[in-house]
Amino acid sequence: MSSVPVSWYLMLAALLFAIGTVGALTRRNGISIFLSIELMLNAANLTLVAFSRQLNDHTGQLVVFFVMAVAAAEAAVGLALFIAVFRARRTIDVNRLNLMRG
Amino acid sequence: METLIFLIFAALAVASSLVVVIHRSPVYATMSLVVTLFSVAVLFVLLGAPFLGALQILIYAGAIVVLFLFVIMLLNLQKEGESAGRRRGQIWVAIPGALIFIGMVGLVFWRAGAPDLQPLTPELVSLKGLATALFSDYLLPFEIVGLLLLVAVIGATVAARRAPDAAEGTGLPPREDFVAEDTARKEARS
Amino acid sequence: MLDLLWLIPILPLAGAAVNGLLGRRFPKALVTAVGVGAPLLSLLVALGCLWKFSQGSLGSSSNGDAYNQVLYAWTAGDLSIPVAFLLDHLSAVMLFIVTFVGFLIHVYSAGYMAHEEGYSRYFAYLNLFMAAMLLLVLGNNYLVMFVGWEGVGLCSYLLIGFYYDQPFPPYAGKKAFIVNRIGDFAFLVGMFALFAKLGTLSYGEVFTKIAAEPGHVVMGLPLASFVALCFFVGAMGKSAQIPLYVWLPDAMAGPTPVSALIHAATMVTAGVYMVVRSNVIYQLAPGVSQFVAVIGAATAIFAATIAIAQTDIKKVLAYSTVSQLGYMFLAAGLGAYSAALFHVMTHAFFKALLFLGSGSVIHAMGGEQDMTKMGGLRKYMPSTFRTYVIGALAIAGIPPLAGFFSKDEILHSAAANGQWILWAVGLITAGLTAFYMFRSVFLTFFGTFRGTHEQEHHLHEPPPSMTIPLWILAAGAVVAGFVGVPKVLGGIDRFHLWLEPVLYHPAGVEAAEHEMAAGMEWLLILIAVGVAVAGILLARRMYGGNAGLANGRTWAERFPTLHRVLANKYYVDEIYDALIVKPLAGLSRFFWKWIDSGLIDGSINAGAYATELTGEFGRLSTTGNVRTYALYFFLGVILLGCWIAFG
Repeated sequence: MSSVPVSWYLMLAALLFAIGTVGALTRRNGISIFLSIELMLNAANLTLVAFSRQLNDHTGQLVVFFVMAVAAAEAAVGLALFIAVFRARRTIDVNRLNLMRG
Repeated sequence: METLIFLIFAALAVASSLVVVIHRSPVYATMSLVVTLFSVAVLFVLLGAPFLGALQILIYAGAIVVLFLFVIMLLNLQKEGESAGRRRGQIWVAIPGALIFIGMVGLVFWRAGAPDLQPLTPELVSLKGLATALFSDYLLPFEIVGLLLLVAVIGATVAARRAPDAAEGTGLPPREDFVAEDTARKEARS
Repeated sequence: MLDLLWLIPILPLAGAAVNGLLGRRFPKALVTAVGVGAPLLSLLVALGCLWKFSQGSLGSSSNGDAYNQVLYAWTAGDLSIPVAFLLDHLSAVMLFIVTFVGFLIHVYSAGYMAHEEGYSRYFAYLNLFMAAMLLLVLGNNYLVMFVGWEGVGLCSYLLIGFYYDQPFPPYAGKKAFIVNRIGDFAFLVGMFALFAKLGTLSYGEVFTKIAAEPGHVVMGLPLASFVALCFFVGAMGKSAQIPLYVWLPDAMAGPTPVSALIHAATMVTAGVYMVVRSNVIYQLAPGVSQFVAVIGAATAIFAATIAIAQTDIKKVLAYSTVSQLGYMFLAAGLGAYSAALFHVMTHAFFKALLFLGSGSVIHAMGGEQDMTKMGGLRKYMPSTFRTYVIGALAIAGIPPLAGFFSKDEILHSAAANGQWILWAVGLITAGLTAFYMFRSVFLTFFGTFRGTHEQEHHLHEPPPSMTIPLWILAAGAVVAGFVGVPKVLGGIDRFHLWLEPVLYHPAGVEAAEHEMAAGMEWLLILIAVGVAVAGILLARRMYGGNAGLANGRTWAERFPTLHRVLANKYYVDEIYDALIVKPLAGLSRFFWKWIDSGLIDGSINAGAYATELTGEFGRLSTTGNVRTYALYFFLGVILLGCWIAFG
């Protein structure tokens, strides 16, 4: 009974993903990069749920479940690392965190 | 009706995500992310996954974003400045790249056509079905994710603690010196 | 006894090894014992073998009693050459010469080199030379001969350059080796041709086959002519004929006993030996033989003219050697092989004697070799003087000394073959020989001493270790001729009879020695002796008495240009240098600078440089900035996506 084609959802997800990518590549602030990454994860989740609906299978939703858990873990560890880096370097500007410069 | 809801919240999601990516202040960006997350939650519900929508709000908007805000406040991050010198060119590559990406996806759909959504079934929507699948077929991944969370907690704790002795073993210059260097560099640039 | 034949070359080789490896640590007496003892033992074994051999073979007319001793067969794929020694009438003569004269010179060296540094090195090299030379003369196939040939060339190089701390001797050694190499190359080509066409290198088989199969052709020439020519070019190098003689005068930079042994008595005669051994081949190639004779005669007179203008006593003897070698090839080219070999033997005695005598003079003069600074030495060195004069008389061809008989044989063979031009050339050369030899005698031993006071104080007769060999060689120079007394003078020419089994007489070709009327022969002998005596008298008039160099200088002043040309050896070395050495050096330099350094090294370096550049370029991507890496990620993902979507 819905008249929204599944491809619209998928396009939306793609758009969100693209925006997130641009953010991840462009921002200098580490936190902002993280935010963009969360955005990308959300876009992926949206795609999964859309396909779950389309194929009438729970699997997609389950995967989203796991993705969310992992995203949480990742956010926690990542932010902890940021704190550690900040203590050492007083900055989160990724341009200046270039010890591995060759 | 559904279409309308979809369009509203889709637009909201896109708009707020743009704000996340563009706005200079981290706090405002985080707030904007919350709006995006809410919109996506609504879309989840539209797609027949109300449980996930609730989870999205609980975990993402509730826990993760709060974590972000904590860290932002803790580190007292300021507004971000302009990218200097060589790094400016990054944006000119990123945006066309993103456009190409969207174009590719669009191309796929243009070729494949735009099938309608299947009708909702009660099994899909019900929590019972989800839980059953989770605890039967996907029991192992479930347990592993639990382990993963444990590991993440431990890791985060260890990573963020203060070093036992502040000046030992990092190989980097002590904080105070680096602050001076930091200031000197800023002055040299200006 | 004959089965000990192999010891003859091995003993000196062992001596060389011992002295070479351990000699530095031995006391001098031990080095001498080994260095002189090894050739002595070799000589004794050789004498024993010769005695045994002659017992069984005197009077036989075929070479059937030749003794072959095969050590082992050297194989390489299909090629199988026996390493074997041959003792027959020809190698017996050479064996005697090499071991006897070689031993005497070793004894002399012990005295001459007594105060030299490098004493053990000297004896090691000299023993090695003996070993190689004996290998050369005892081999029963061309390959063993060639091994010895190369070995003596190596030892020549080592010994010429013995005083390596001075600039000239190593240069002279290098020159000798390189010029010899040209000859060696030709020798090799000759061997290749022989092996390719006949499938063997053993003397017996080669000689039988080449006579029996006249049809082989190599590069448009009959096989015999080709091989004969190639071998002769090899002999040109080793035995210093025109145009490859230029190394011999410079080889005088080595110690004087070396000059005596290697560059007078033995090594340089290897070429003659080789031609005589291959007489079958040369008799089947009359054109090449004539060429050999002409070259020999030309070399003889050419070198003699240079000798009359030299002031260094050793240079006179060096050019004299080249000239006498020319005589030997003249004889060989005319088919008088026994005459050639006879002259080899007599020349070994008197030339070694002359060189060793000059060595005594140089030793007494404290290293001075310029005759203009000598004079009146007969008062101070009577033994040396007397033996030297004996040698000079022998080489001048005064009867009844050895040189007379052998030179007479050679001139006779020229006349008997109707080659009067060659006979005349030989005659003139004999006169020149007498002249320059006695010029050196008068300048050195007569008149007043022209050197410095310190040199005068130093003048003395050398120790017995040096004078006894001189007397022994002098005795040889006197009596050695008597084995070859020609029929016309009442003898039976024993030497020729001895050598007969080795000589080949092709069917249908008349014997090389024509008969000649006895009266004619007597006349020619008298003319030759007369010319020699005239030469001696002329030298006496110009340099004898107390005249010193007065008259000679006048001659130099009377014909200044001629004198300059002769004294500068016709500028041949300079011509070679300009025509051959400099262009080759320039070409080598070009190849080195442009092709080796520039092109080959350059392209390798360019490759390395390109890699370096690539690395430098690639390094730019490791910015350390995580955003850059994220960008690379992203671009990769896009490419992957494109490939999946459209590929």
